[in-house]
Amino acid sequence: MANTFELISSVTAGALGAASIDFTSIPSTFTDLCVKVSSRSDRVGTTDNLFMKINGVTTNRSARVLYGNGSAASSFTETLYVGELDALGSTASTFSSHEIYIPNYAGGTNKSFSVDGVTEQNGTAAYATLIAGLWSSTAAITSLSFYSGYGTTLVQYSTAYLYGVKNA
Amino acid sequence: MHNPTRIEINCETGVESIIELTDAEVAQLKKDAEAAVARKAEEEAQAEANATAKAALLDRLGITAEEAKLLLG
Repeated sequence: MANTFELISSVTAGALGAASIDFTSIPSTFTDLCVKVSSRSDRVGTTDNLFMKINGVTTNRSARVLYGNGSAASSFTETLYVGELDALGSTASTFSSHEIYIPNYAGGTNKSFSVDGVTEQNGTAAYATLIAGLWSSTAAITSLSFYSGYGTTLVQYSTAYLYGVKNA
Repeated sequence: MHNPTRIEINCETGVESIIELTDAEVAQLKKDAEAAVARKAEEEAQAEANATAKAALLDRLGITAEEAKLLLG
């Protein structure tokens, strides 16, 4: 069990927003990584998709998603998707929340991760996702990027906090 | 016209940079967006097909959705 939780870096999108938020040169001195993302996009629609890229590549990824929208639940497979994202049609000034946990990110085995995420919406439909993900690579994780799957912009005040976790 | 920008933070130095996307990165974003739209359409079509199949089955059985829930509960 983790006994330290240290902020490595944080970022807040400025007035222009951001096509992506990228953490680079992540030190390998921790046991696990935890990222907390609060974000919203300018996509025309009620939701967008939040994607995560590891080490700048999009290959060798798989994920199993449990998905609920307030009236129905489903499950499906994915690759880069890490959850639903508030968009222009969501209640004004609300942001979706996602926590991504990556154990043994610097080890020499394949990298698993989990995600729990929710959108914020003052309405009948809001989205919750639980994801079990895998990056089939033995490389240490040194960078993480978060961006809209629809290629839209993460709006001002979207934030991402990257924490390092040590268990010894 | 300028391309969109991304925010990069170097975790070793703490330096935050705002970087304009290259044309190749913009093209990749566009490609990702098209794939996302196609995937969403596929999911919606599948959900609609499932709903239609469910309604047809209930109709064939001559029961309502509530009655089906009772049977399966």
